[in-house]
Amino acid sequence: MIEVRNLTKQYGAKKAVDDLSFTVNDGEILGFLGPNGAGKSTTMNMLTGYISSTSGNALINGIDILDDPIAAKKNIGYLPEIPPLYLDMTVKDYLNFIYDLKKCKLPRKAHLEDVCSLVMIKDVYDRIIRNLSKGYKQRVGLAQALIGNPPILILDEPTVGLDPKQIIEIRTLIKRLGKKHTVILSSHILSEIQAVCDRVIIINGGKIAADDTTENLTKNISVDHRLIARIDGSREEIIKTIRNIPGVLTVVADMEREPGIYDYEIETKEDADIRRELFKRIVSRNWVMLGLKSTEMTLEDIFLKITMGDNVVIKTKKSAEEKTEKFEQDAEGISEKTEEAAETVSEENKEDKKEGEE
Amino acid sequence: MGAIFRRELKAYFTSPIAYIFIAVFYLYTSIYFININILYGTTDMSTVFTSAFTVMMILLPLLTMRLFTEEKRQRTDQCLLTAPVNLFSIVMGKFLAAVCVYLCAMAVYVLYIITLVALAGSVAWATVIGTFIALLLMGSAFIAIGIFVSAMTENQVVAAIVSFIIIMLFYLIDMLAGMVPVEWLKNIMSALGFYTRYYEFTTGLLNVPSLIFFISTIFIFNFLTVRVLEKRRWS
Repeated sequence: MIEVRNLTKQYGAKKAVDDLSFTVNDGEILGFLGPNGAGKSTTMNMLTGYISSTSGNALINGIDILDDPIAAKKNIGYLPEIPPLYLDMTVKDYLNFIYDLKKCKLPRKAHLEDVCSLVMIKDVYDRIIRNLSKGYKQRVGLAQALIGNPPILILDEPTVGLDPKQIIEIRTLIKRLGKKHTVILSSHILSEIQAVCDRVIIINGGKIAADDTTENLTKNISVDHRLIARIDGSREEIIKTIRNIPGVLTVVADMEREPGIYDYEIETKEDADIRRELFKRIVSRNWVMLGLKSTEMTLEDIFLKITMGDNVVIKTKKSAEEKTEKFEQDAEGISEKTEEAAETVSEENKEDKKEGEE
Repeated sequence: MGAIFRRELKAYFTSPIAYIFIAVFYLYTSIYFININILYGTTDMSTVFTSAFTVMMILLPLLTMRLFTEEKRQRTDQCLLTAPVNLFSIVMGKFLAAVCVYLCAMAVYVLYIITLVALAGSVAWATVIGTFIALLLMGSAFIAIGIFVSAMTENQVVAAIVSFIIIMLFYLIDMLAGMVPVEWLKNIMSALGFYTRYYEFTTGLLNVPSLIFFISTIFIFNFLTVRVLEKRRWS
């Protein structure tokens, strides 16, 4: 278990990490998400005792990393952003060195073999690290973290530089490790966090911008319920028909996708499911529905929204209603500030305005 | 400590650095040995020993320059500093590895002594052993200084040059002391000088305060290295 309380790191006048507090429970895989320079690595370096915090504590299984660093470090396997490899050593020598360095008590040969087969580096065991490919180096780095079977694994961007096949392998491995270990994983690749982590902390400018399960983040944060339907038929008529369905708030015809066929963006009340009703009415008028999809926000959208705004803090779960309102405000604020990046958001807003004019 | 010591020692001997270091040392001392002891037929090894001071001053910074600079450059210090070991044993592991290579270089003296014993029957044992100890301690002090400097920079060349300058200052301070008119400052400066203390040993004088001086220097610089590593975490 990792407990972080008011962790702060100050470099001169700049706060790299600003009053961070969170807890990671045993057996949890926590994703640390944020743009480059958000403070992910700094936080990880503080958790592992590589650098000290300016204020606040980090407790590793109840032991403060600054009070009793050696006891705390025994619980941690750390893979830094750049794997700490001695390039002039063979993989074998290197892992044996790490084994000695960590004063590992497990049977040497069997344990090293286990670790190597786990990260799939057996075939390069006798080669010099300098000559290995990036993917293998990364995996040797991961092997290094796994030696001694530490209950906590802290992995800083573990899939950087790997090819797609290796990325999938490493993700599967991390998922598997997550069953026995507590894992903190940082990344700026969202799909990775979505694929691997139970919970995600989005960190921006050294502060926590969001802390929730990946599911909740994508579900609860989405502004409201929107559907996009592609329907073949007369535009005005269709809009009128859809507007009459109970639960529908607004309908907007999007751009013409195919000749005479439009996408209609339908906004509904929070828990209204209009899909069946919509389908029936379309059919009854002899129109054809060519597609229907809901526009739940992806982590990508959420990430952009959070990281583009300066002081945007999204409250989740606990204050669902409040959140919806606040989020809309935030979204507007963003679209004014950054046109390009929050394209989707601004589009929505424009249409909202159009709708209002009508 | 053991793990770091073994790794460093192996790293010295897998790279050319230890071999070059030892070879240059052998070459340098053997020229003195052949010129003085063999050609002039004397068993007085004091010149061979004194000459070692100069070559050590140049060679030892080359031996220590990469000890911490490379760790930082390759980011391997992250592995050492997040492992469950204390800073002191990291520093000592590296220090002892360098001392070990240094001992390999000094082993050549044993060969010279055997040669002299074979040719002349005997050497001045007290002087030889005393000097040997002094040379070992002084070289270790140079190594401690070199490690200290290497912990402060990421550049090997800078580390080598700066440690050379510091060692040279310790060497020159004796002579500078003669030019200082202030009595107490003069005393302090000549007390800090390495060369006079070392020279006494080569003439057969086993000076205990000098031994303690060298040991203290080793201790102080290793301690400072630990402090530098510690401080970097807090900056």
